[in-house]
Amino acid sequence: MSIRKELEKRILVIDGAMGTMIQRHKLEEADYRGDRFKDWPSDVKGNNDLLCITQPRIIIDIHKKYLEAGADIIETNTFSSTTIAMADYDMQSLAYELNVAAAKCARQAIDEFKVAHPDTLNKYVAGSIGPLNKTLSLSPDVNNPGYRALTFDEAATAYKEQVSGLVDGGVDVILIETIFDTLNAKAAIYAVKNYFRETGKEELPIMISGTITDASGRTLSGQTLEAFYVSIAHARPLSVGLNCALGAQDMRSHIEELSEIAACYTSAYPNAGLPNAMGEYDEQPHETAHFIEEWAKEGFVNIVGGCCGTTPEHIKHIADNVRNITPRKLPELETSL
Amino acid sequence: MSTIKPYLRLAGLEPLIVRPETNFVNVGERTNVTGSKKFARLIRENKFEEALSVARQQVESGAQILDVNMDDAMLDGKEAMVTYLNLLQSEPDIARIPIMIDSSKFEIIEAGLKCVQGKCIVNSISMKEGEEKFIRQAQICKDFGAAVIVMAFDEDGQADTLERRVSISKRAYEILTKQVGFDPEDIIFDLNIFAIATGLEEHNNYGVDFIEATRIIKQSYPLVKISGGVSNLSFSFRGNDTVREAMHSVFLYHAIKVGMDMGIVNAGQLMIYDNIDSTLRDLCEDVILNRNNDNNEATEKLISFAETVKGKAKEEKKDEAWRSESVEERLAHALVHGITEFIEADTEEARQKYPRPLEVIEGPLMSGMNIVGDLFGAGKMFLPQVVKSARVMKKSVAVLTPFIEAEKEERKQAHLAAGTVNEEGAGAAKILMATVKGDVHDIGKNIVGVVLGCNGYDIIDLGVMVPADKILDAAQKENVDIIGLSGLITPSLDEMVHIAKEMTRRGMKQPLLIGGATTSRIHTAVKIAPGYEHGVVHVLDASRSVTVAGSLLNKETKTDYLKEVKSEYAAIKEKYENKVPVKSYLPYNEARQNKVKIDWDSYQPVKPTFNGSKVFADYDLNDLRKYIDWKPFFIAWEMHGNFPEILTDKVVGVEATKLYNDANALLDKIIAEKWLTAKGSIGFWEASSEEDSVWVKSSDKETIRLEFLRQQIKKAPGQPNLSLADFIKPASLNPSKGGTLNVDNLESAHNHETSSSIPPLGGGGASDYLGAFAVTIHGIEPYIKAFESAHDDYNKIMLQAIADRLAEAFAECLHERVRKEYWGYAQYEQFSNEELIKEIYQGIRPAPGYPACPEHTEKYKLFKLLNATETVQISLTESLAMYPASSVCGWYISHPQSHYFGIGKIGEDQLADYAQRKGISRDEAEKWLRQNME
Repeated sequence: MSIRKELEKRILVIDGAMGTMIQRHKLEEADYRGDRFKDWPSDVKGNNDLLCITQPRIIIDIHKKYLEAGADIIETNTFSSTTIAMADYDMQSLAYELNVAAAKCARQAIDEFKVAHPDTLNKYVAGSIGPLNKTLSLSPDVNNPGYRALTFDEAATAYKEQVSGLVDGGVDVILIETIFDTLNAKAAIYAVKNYFRETGKEELPIMISGTITDASGRTLSGQTLEAFYVSIAHARPLSVGLNCALGAQDMRSHIEELSEIAACYTSAYPNAGLPNAMGEYDEQPHETAHFIEEWAKEGFVNIVGGCCGTTPEHIKHIADNVRNITPRKLPELETSL
Repeated sequence: MSTIKPYLRLAGLEPLIVRPETNFVNVGERTNVTGSKKFARLIRENKFEEALSVARQQVESGAQILDVNMDDAMLDGKEAMVTYLNLLQSEPDIARIPIMIDSSKFEIIEAGLKCVQGKCIVNSISMKEGEEKFIRQAQICKDFGAAVIVMAFDEDGQADTLERRVSISKRAYEILTKQVGFDPEDIIFDLNIFAIATGLEEHNNYGVDFIEATRIIKQSYPLVKISGGVSNLSFSFRGNDTVREAMHSVFLYHAIKVGMDMGIVNAGQLMIYDNIDSTLRDLCEDVILNRNNDNNEATEKLISFAETVKGKAKEEKKDEAWRSESVEERLAHALVHGITEFIEADTEEARQKYPRPLEVIEGPLMSGMNIVGDLFGAGKMFLPQVVKSARVMKKSVAVLTPFIEAEKEERKQAHLAAGTVNEEGAGAAKILMATVKGDVHDIGKNIVGVVLGCNGYDIIDLGVMVPADKILDAAQKENVDIIGLSGLITPSLDEMVHIAKEMTRRGMKQPLLIGGATTSRIHTAVKIAPGYEHGVVHVLDASRSVTVAGSLLNKETKTDYLKEVKSEYAAIKEKYENKVPVKSYLPYNEARQNKVKIDWDSYQPVKPTFNGSKVFADYDLNDLRKYIDWKPFFIAWEMHGNFPEILTDKVVGVEATKLYNDANALLDKIIAEKWLTAKGSIGFWEASSEEDSVWVKSSDKETIRLEFLRQQIKKAPGQPNLSLADFIKPASLNPSKGGTLNVDNLESAHNHETSSSIPPLGGGGASDYLGAFAVTIHGIEPYIKAFESAHDDYNKIMLQAIADRLAEAFAECLHERVRKEYWGYAQYEQFSNEELIKEIYQGIRPAPGYPACPEHTEKYKLFKLLNATETVQISLTESLAMYPASSVCGWYISHPQSHYFGIGKIGEDQLADYAQRKGISRDEAEKWLRQNME
């Protein structure tokens, strides 16, 4: 059943953090390299996306843990799989391959899960498109505010390559997430639209998830939430939402506002609270779930889950708590003033 | 289910939603190399940073969208567009509004679209070079999410007749919506405004054709927008701004009426239609509407009139003698008189004269402000004037800041290069100010900030609703010298106590200033000061803040001053604690026995004309204006006295009159341009009392119990111990308690006839009623922000004070209509506004949180009954402050004996009973009633 149909019926749960789960395996440089990259000239430890090629079993098993916990949507491990972000490891040339491999890991996880649970509900793979490590609206040089480290065309080209890998690997949805700078997201939208128009393939639904970075209620690039929404609405997204940077408690007012202005479905996957002095997330699964349950009851959300610091335990609590709550109804789009 | 309207939605850093009531959107035109010589010169000379000031000026004078055009043969237009837009994006006060990317070359437009994160307008595309290219360009605009302006232009040229304007637009509309998939609201037609009154008869109907085409297109496609470059119209009157501005205003007046939505104009240079000289207006009207214009008759008349006003318009008689003084004298004059007109040029002149930009501030500007400070201190200047002076100061400093920063940077680089240490940083003393968590009121805090700023302190204003942690984190990070807290509602007092304790816990050392309407010296001394030992001072008003800050920041006086305050507060505290109550109190039970005596048997409650609530979504501000009580307005500006006597007062009369005139001018503007929206709701329900509670049958047939308090002070014989519940008929007098409450369904609210035809019930049986209201003034925020970025505290504070007055006026106006019309228990009352202000009418409207019912959380019930959060969009903070800050709510009680009073202090016995009635703990009840406890 299509994800759109499924969203009419119930609240869908998206998975939690990938990084936190990978950390538990305490992988070393050699594990990251595997056989294929044992002679790679630069260090690759920390390149989590690379594990889709070198340690696919670990990634598949993490996906399965989230599926077991009750996630309906799992995200590919491709947050940094663009030529631009991969430059940190000199792995630009692997961008396409990484996306294909990651999408296949996620599909494989669902296949294995369905064998174990034959009567399972529909599960979906969201191809994750991250924000890039360079921004299009901000200058990295304070003395030269007009300078840009990246052009729109460079960003769009990189994103298009990522999209082609994700689609070829078999994702169901494109997820543009953790948007700090709306212009980066617009480049991604531009890339997705052009990719599907040029290949003639049927366009996959787009999910969009922005990030409010602090108490000012704005994105890093300075937009208010409504301005952000207005600026990406042309993507005609399946859903728009918020993730990362804030815990559920601080995200509430923003998701409430978004639920009022968004013409499409809404999503929210906050961090597990705010990091403590050691940079770790302490919010307990039932605490996160409690916040999210309240949003669901208020009718703010259609898709919920977790971001940094959340675990399969968190997702299990969230899934259990929202299971029987009616999803937010789409607003009626009027055609006259 | 919620609904979403098909409005044109644009965005810079902030959204711009074009709603039907938006009326007219100004597009700033000066950042256009083809239209502004100055801008073209700056761009050609590569002075991009300076060219930003042109954009800033447009935003400050009210542009809601910024048109950027780099079409100049001498320029690489693409590169200039990219460079300028990238720079604009890093100026938050400019980038907050959406950009209109304007070029005749599509490659420049596309390059521009790649620089802007917000939703832009593309100006423009057309079918000039055929459909195929038009579709391709529209598709690209859509991929960037931009709205498009479509020029009425096709393969045969530009449309210059009514028929062609309409047919080209229709063709473009069909293509854009059906082939490209554009939303109709994202399409804007530019229907070509051409010059009229050129002497050529074929041009005479251009204005009429535009207006008529607008009307037809809006009728066929109500969602599209209509725009045009307005300045073209008056091209033949170049050099005669009086005639040009009048023509533009008259033209827009007619075009907007039939549906024109936006126009490219010199923001800030439009006359108000009604203010145009009537002869000129009639002549413009004839020319634009092409009336009485055979043989160019109307045109000739306007031309001869134009001769008579040429150059005359702008020469208002002003005393310009001061302009010939030295630059220092001129700066001082501008500061003392609050004149911003020349300040930028004068500052620039001073900057070039002095060796360093900082010396301009330390020299002439500070000595000018010292004069202001002295005059204010001596009572020769008043607060509104000081705030105007501050506006001049801020504008001047804004001119100097970039140069000071540049110098700092140079020195830093020099130090780095030489390996020496930079020892800068000892600047002005820093004062941090904030309105505490849960409170939204900040007029007083803004005034104190301005006054302290005038005295050379560096003010960090964190705004309203600021949590303790944020205040204290900022104070520590910025290493401020003083912290000032403000609050207006009673729960804020607890928050201040909390902050003082937190400062102790964090080991802070800065003195803490306390101010705001609800604060007092006694509360500060008894509750706040004991929590923090490094100095807590209550500051009564803005003018005292200067001496207090001065004493605290002077190392020599600080210790003595604090010691003095401390011993004074200790004495107050001791006296307070050892006070033997001179007043004596009754046990709660006895107080209850001594309630108001009302002869209910012979009282016939009046039934309101409807049951349930009624919403006023957009009340006419013109109607509210006459209900304004001006006295509190003057008090906000620290000018005390009765209105209107204050206008002719010997001491403050002249300045009070100026302030009053400025307020009315701003009010004119607010009303004419619809800055603010008055939303309100009223409701009535059947009600009956039981002891100190009142049962209310809400519209959805739920019964809500309101809890009131009762005076416990021992009264003179014969005087009752009052509670608001006394003015509602007791349930015990109704035949069967609760059962008689016959709640009409909501339809009766729309069916007055039915309700009034019900025969009056017998004395004992008729039920009583209670009403409620909540009113608010929406929409202040963008204007406050605009004034802030224009460094215009004077108008910012003025606007806040006016919004407060309008909310109160709204409450007064609705109360009158309730008495005469909606509840109708005083249909024939006739009072003047003065009499209304004196509250001589029958019935009252007490507000939860104020003396007669001082417990704030009852507001939740009031909001629930009215559904006020949704219908009027007022939200309640955790301290029960209402946001928007300009909001008023209260109960309506109609009994002729009802009147206002204060509860005063209550005893432990009533507190316990109240807590039990509300189902909360004693401590929780005490938290909300602390002000009423001994």
